[in-house]
Amino acid sequence: MNSQLRRLRAELFATPADAALSLVLITLLGLGAFGFLRWALTQAQWAVVRVNSTLFAVGRYPVEQQWRLWLLTALLVAASGATWGLLRAHPRPDRTGVRWPRNDRLAVGLLALIALAVPWALALTLAIQSRWWGLLLLLVLCRWLAGRHGANLSPTGRRLAALVWPVIYLVGMVLISGGLGLVTVSPSEWGGLMLTLLASSFAILLCFPIGVLLALGRRSDLPLLRWGSVLYIEFIRGAPLITLLFLGQNILGFLLPGGLAPERVWRAAWVLTFFAAAYLAEAVRSGLAAVPRGQLEAARSLGLSYPKALQHVVLPQALRVALPAMVGQFISLLQDTTLLSLIGLLELLGTARTVMANPAFLGRNGEVYLTLALLFWGCCAALGLGSRALERRLDPHAVPSAT
Amino acid sequence: MSQPSSELMIEARAVEKWYPNGFQALRGASLTVRRGEVVVIMGPSGSGKSTFIRTFNALEDFQKGSITVDGIVLSDDLRNIDAVRREVGMVFQQFNLFPHLSVLDNLTLAPVLVRKRPKAEVEQQAWALLERVGIAEQAGKYPGQLSGGQQQRVAIARALCMEPRILLFDEPTSALDPEMVREVLEVMQNLAADDITMVVVTHEVKFARHVAHRVVLMAEGEVVEEAEPEVFFTNPSHQRTRRFLDQIL
Ligand SMILES: Nc1ncnc2c1ncn2[C@@H]1O[C@H](COP(=O)(O)OP(=O)(O)OP(=O)(O)O)[C@@H](O)[C@H]1O
Ligand SMILES: [Mg+2]
Repeated sequence: MNSQLRRLRAELFATPADAALSLVLITLLGLGAFGFLRWALTQAQWAVVRVNSTLFAVGRYPVEQQWRLWLLTALLVAASGATWGLLRAHPRPDRTGVRWPRNDRLAVGLLALIALAVPWALALTLAIQSRWWGLLLLLVLCRWLAGRHGANLSPTGRRLAALVWPVIYLVGMVLISGGLGLVTVSPSEWGGLMLTLLASSFAILLCFPIGVLLALGRRSDLPLLRWGSVLYIEFIRGAPLITLLFLGQNILGFLLPGGLAPERVWRAAWVLTFFAAAYLAEAVRSGLAAVPRGQLEAARSLGLSYPKALQHVVLPQALRVALPAMVGQFISLLQDTTLLSLIGLLELLGTARTVMANPAFLGRNGEVYLTLALLFWGCCAALGLGSRALERRLDPHAVPSAT
Repeated sequence: MSQPSSELMIEARAVEKWYPNGFQALRGASLTVRRGEVVVIMGPSGSGKSTFIRTFNALEDFQKGSITVDGIVLSDDLRNIDAVRREVGMVFQQFNLFPHLSVLDNLTLAPVLVRKRPKAEVEQQAWALLERVGIAEQAGKYPGQLSGGQQQRVAIARALCMEPRILLFDEPTSALDPEMVREVLEVMQNLAADDITMVVVTHEVKFARHVAHRVVLMAEGEVVEEAEPEVFFTNPSHQRTRRFLDQIL
């Protein structure tokens, strides 16, 4: 404790000027925190969030069908836990893995805190609160099981396990929208955080392959392909997303024959996808440029065909370089979904605006916007954390070099 | 040293190549290499040595002349190119190991993907090859964790894992610190004792003297001199060769 105090003193009060600056900053921070807490605890009326928590989460999704969303959440939680455990059970070949590193224990503690505190603060019914506890237990259980037994899994088994994710995504689509014996819930009834996550995950998943193809097209030897890609990328990057969204709503209906034009939510999701793909292509291009020519030559001289050389040698390296930029794109894509509210979709911001328009909650904008900011921040932080973990796992140079 | 047979492995006739910018890098270069032979190519910088051996596995195209490798005529036919590349291994000056793959995976990637051999079997062979080049204990590491000499030995093992009949070396020791040159040359000398055909671009005179069957001098995109090492270094027939030797000896 004493040593920490001394270190603090050395860092903050080294010289009189440092000390003065530190004092000013500490005072400002203190005042800010005090003002915020006073507002949050005495003036703010959190009923607006408490009463509308379901609305913020899933919009007007029919209550009697919401079990499907709970099921989907449980599937996602289980898959996350299992993946997390599997990753720990299979450390990189050049490292020795610890099954429960400190960060993991911290993360579980934090998640437990959230799963206990948030439903309680929202004054959810005990039945619903217990569902959150159940989800937490499920996560830890899958994490524990996969960490303990995952090492026995063969490489093929691991590859199959990775397939769980696309499968869950497809199952999730069915669970949300219905079909296959489930009651159909039309996209116009989707909303809130669910719609935000759905639109952004759809766009993220699809813009990735499209962006990679565009980046490859831009470097292609075929002039038509090259100029087509350049034209597309530059056009999209030159147009504001909101105009493209309006354009999509208006034009897709004319372009496609009757009935084929997708529902409004899907139209918007496709526009987001094609928009993000152009930016992603630029990120991937910078990654491709960072891979030395010799890599492709070495792969080709070993007899790999061009597509195989791309798949196994060039792209893995290019994407690793491009990863931070790509995740930056994904994060702005997530935030760009707020524009969907301007074309009348009830994603998070749209939902928030309907809530604030309700006379019962007049003047409660601060509470609502703060909640939105926190939700978005949480999603972006998760993306960022995940990408940094991925980066560390993929970077062969992040290990101490042998001498 | 094994004796080369009479079977022709590489036959390049009057090859001419222009780079896209219009520069002519090869001006009628010819070379024949027999099976089991070790041919060293020397020559001043910019004389077209790299360009020439890179045409042997179709990393570079050429506009005039003909090249036949292991009985396969090099043309624009993509199937021929793939067939040739399976039979010809290449070792680069800059190693060009795949940095995102472990040493073992660097070796096994191509045999598994291209030759469709079972992974376990290829891994066994890869271990044996790493043993042979003296770095089996590094199999789990990544290229970035190895010294230059170790990387180049991995690169040689990687090429060997495809069981090529011909190995091309483009200045394999030029990017290495002096103390690592020897370990790589030793591995190459070991290989030369085998049946494999080798074409080596290098400035290592000792290697050329003791390992090569023939030494070739290239200048301005042409093969100027072609002789046994003793003759090449002591009594070359061309003025151009003498001038070159004066510079490097
Ligand atoms: N991609 C290219 N485009 C245009 N000219 C090139 C290209 N690559 C090489 N050249 C030129 O072709 C000539 C032969 O190059 P090459 O690399 O084959 O020489 P080298 O004998 O291997 O030289 P070094 O000993 O420096 O490696 C040089 O003059 C070089 O400038
Ligand atoms: Mg060269």
